[in-house]
Amino acid sequence: MAETVFARTEALADVQTHYCPGCTHGVIHRLVAEVIDELGVRQRTVGIAPVGCAVLAYNYFNVDFHEASHGRAPAVATGVKRARPDLVVFTYQGDGDLASIGMAEIVHCANRGEKVTVVFVNNAIYGMTGGQMAPTTMPGQVATTCQLGRDVAQVGHPIRVAELLSTLRTPAFVARASVHTPLAAVNAKEMLRRAFRHQVENRCFSLVEILSTCPTNWGLPPAEASAWLAKTMLPYYPLGVLKTPDGEDRAPRPAAP
Amino acid sequence: MAKKLMKGSEAIGEAAVHAGCRLFFGYPITPQNEIPEYMSVRLPQVDGTFVQAESEVAASNMLYGAAGSGERVMTSSSSPGISLMAEGISYLAGAELPVVIVNIMRAGPGLGGILPSQGDYFQATKGMAHGDFRLLVLAPWSVQEAADLVQDAFDLADFYRNPVMVLGDGLIGQMMEPVEFADGRVPCKELPPKDWAATGCDGSRPTNIINSLFLDPEKLERHNQRLAAKYDAMVRDEVRVATLGTDTDYEVLVIAYGTVARVCSTAIEELAQRGRAVAMVRPITLFPFPYDAVREAAAKAHAVLVVELSTGQMVEDVRLAVGPGVPIHFHGRQGGMLATPEEVVEQVERILESSEVRDG
Repeated sequence: MAETVFARTEALADVQTHYCPGCTHGVIHRLVAEVIDELGVRQRTVGIAPVGCAVLAYNYFNVDFHEASHGRAPAVATGVKRARPDLVVFTYQGDGDLASIGMAEIVHCANRGEKVTVVFVNNAIYGMTGGQMAPTTMPGQVATTCQLGRDVAQVGHPIRVAELLSTLRTPAFVARASVHTPLAAVNAKEMLRRAFRHQVENRCFSLVEILSTCPTNWGLPPAEASAWLAKTMLPYYPLGVLKTPDGEDRAPRPAAP
Repeated sequence: MAKKLMKGSEAIGEAAVHAGCRLFFGYPITPQNEIPEYMSVRLPQVDGTFVQAESEVAASNMLYGAAGSGERVMTSSSSPGISLMAEGISYLAGAELPVVIVNIMRAGPGLGGILPSQGDYFQATKGMAHGDFRLLVLAPWSVQEAADLVQDAFDLADFYRNPVMVLGDGLIGQMMEPVEFADGRVPCKELPPKDWAATGCDGSRPTNIINSLFLDPEKLERHNQRLAAKYDAMVRDEVRVATLGTDTDYEVLVIAYGTVARVCSTAIEELAQRGRAVAMVRPITLFPFPYDAVREAAAKAHAVLVVELSTGQMVEDVRLAVGPGVPIHFHGRQGGMLATPEEVVEQVERILESSEVRDG
C-alpha cells in the first residue's frame, strides 16, 4: 500500500477553487489552513471573507465563516472577537478591500489592538472586477483604469500597508512575506504561524501582508508573473517583520533637543 | 420591580441590558449620545462590551460579526448615522442576522439639524438600502413603551432572524418618565436555538457561513422568496396599534405615531372639552403598518387628519389604507419644529368647519 506523503490539510475544504491558473491565492489558502491545523485551533476558528477574488473563501476553508461587505472585514472580525473572545478570528482580504475602501476599518482595528489576525493579500491590482488600479498598483504599472501606467503625479504612490500600520503605538505583530518562490512561501508560512500564535496567546493584533501574483490581470504567464513580482514589487515592498508587540515601533519620535 | 424615574435614552439602554444584550457598537451623533454613554458605563458592569466604532459604517459591521456569533447586540444612532449604517443593514437583512437598531430621528436632509423629526419614516419602512428587504419597525410614544419595545425588539429579531428598528425622536430620548422593568420577563416570542451561528465547527455539523452572496439566480430567488415569507408572517402576526376613542362616535380621526401622538392626544382632550368628538389611531408598528385598523377607524369618520414631523410620509400608507371616500388631511412640521396641541386643535376645527359647510 502506498505511503501518503502529502495530503490536504483538514482546515482546507475538499473542493476546487475558482482561482485563475498561476494565481497564488491557492498557495496562501493552503498556508493559512496548515497553520490553523498545526496550532490545533480549527474547531474554534472563524474566518471573515472579503469582497474581491477571495469572496468565496468561505467555501474553501473547513471552518465557520462570515462573508463581509467590501472592506469591512476588520469591523466584522471585531464584532466576532468581542462577542466570543475564545474564538480564533482571521480576515482574508485583498488590496482593494483592505487598502482602499476598507482603510478606516483596518487602521482602527489595528489601533484598538483587536486580537485578530489579518491575512492581507497584495497583488497590486483589482482582480475580480477585471484589473483596475489598486492603491498598491506599482508606478507605471498598466491597469484598466490607468492604461498608460500608474501616474504617481495624478494618483500618488502605492500604499505600503505594513509600514503604515507599523507606525501605530498599539502593540501588534506586522510582517510582510511573499509566495513567488517555494522558499518565500515557507517563510510566509512562518510569518502566518507567528501572527496566529500572537492571537492564540491573546497577545495582540497581527497582520501579514503577502505579495501575490495575478497573471490574468497582469497579462503575464505565471512564471513571468513571479519574476515580475521579484523585480518590481520586492524592492518597493521589502519582506520581513516590521513590528512585534515587544519590540520597537516605528512611530516617529521628536528630534533630540 | 419598583418604578424609577429615567431619561428615555437611559431606559432604552437599560431595557437592552434587561433583554440580555451584552454588546453595543456605536458612533457619536446628536441627539442620541446618551444611549452609547449609558452603555459604555452599564455594559462592563454586567460583563458586557461597549466599543466606540470608527464610523457608523464600521459599527453596523461590528453588529454583523457579533450577531453572526449568536449574541444579542444593539446599536443606536440618528438619521445621518443611520444612512451610513444602511449598507450594513442590507447585509444584516440578507444574512438574516438578528440585531436591534435604535434611530433617534433628527431633521434632515443632509446634515439637517439636531432637533426632533419623523423624516426617516420612508427610510425605515420602505427604502433603508439596496435590495429587497424589510425591517420590523417599532415606534414608542413614552419612555415606558420605549423600554418595553426595546425588550420585545430583541425577541422579534431573534424569532424572525431579522434586524428590528426602534424609531424614536429627540423627544423620546430626552424626556424623563417613571419606568418599570418587570422581574422575570417572559419573551414575547418563542425563541428558536441559534444553531446557524458561526461559533467554530467541531465537525458535528457542516460549517456555518454567515452570508448574503448567492451568485446562482435560482438560489437567490429562493432566498428572496423565503425572506418575503418572513415579511408576510410579520404582516400577519406582528401588527401593533393603539386606539383612543374609536369605540364611540367621532367626527374626525387623527392618525399619528411616536411623540406626535402624545401632542395629538392632548389636542383631542381639548377638543372634547369643546364638544368635538375626535378619535385617534396610533400605529406602534410602522412595518407592518396597521392598514386594517386605520381602514376600519377611518370608515366611521367624516375626515382623517394625519400629523407628522415631516412633509408627509406615513400619510401615504394612510391613503393606501383608507382609499377614496373619506377625505384625508395632512398637517406636518419640519426642520425640528414641533407640532403643538393648539395647532392640531386648529386643524381639526378647520376640517370640521369645512365639512359642516359641505354637509350643510
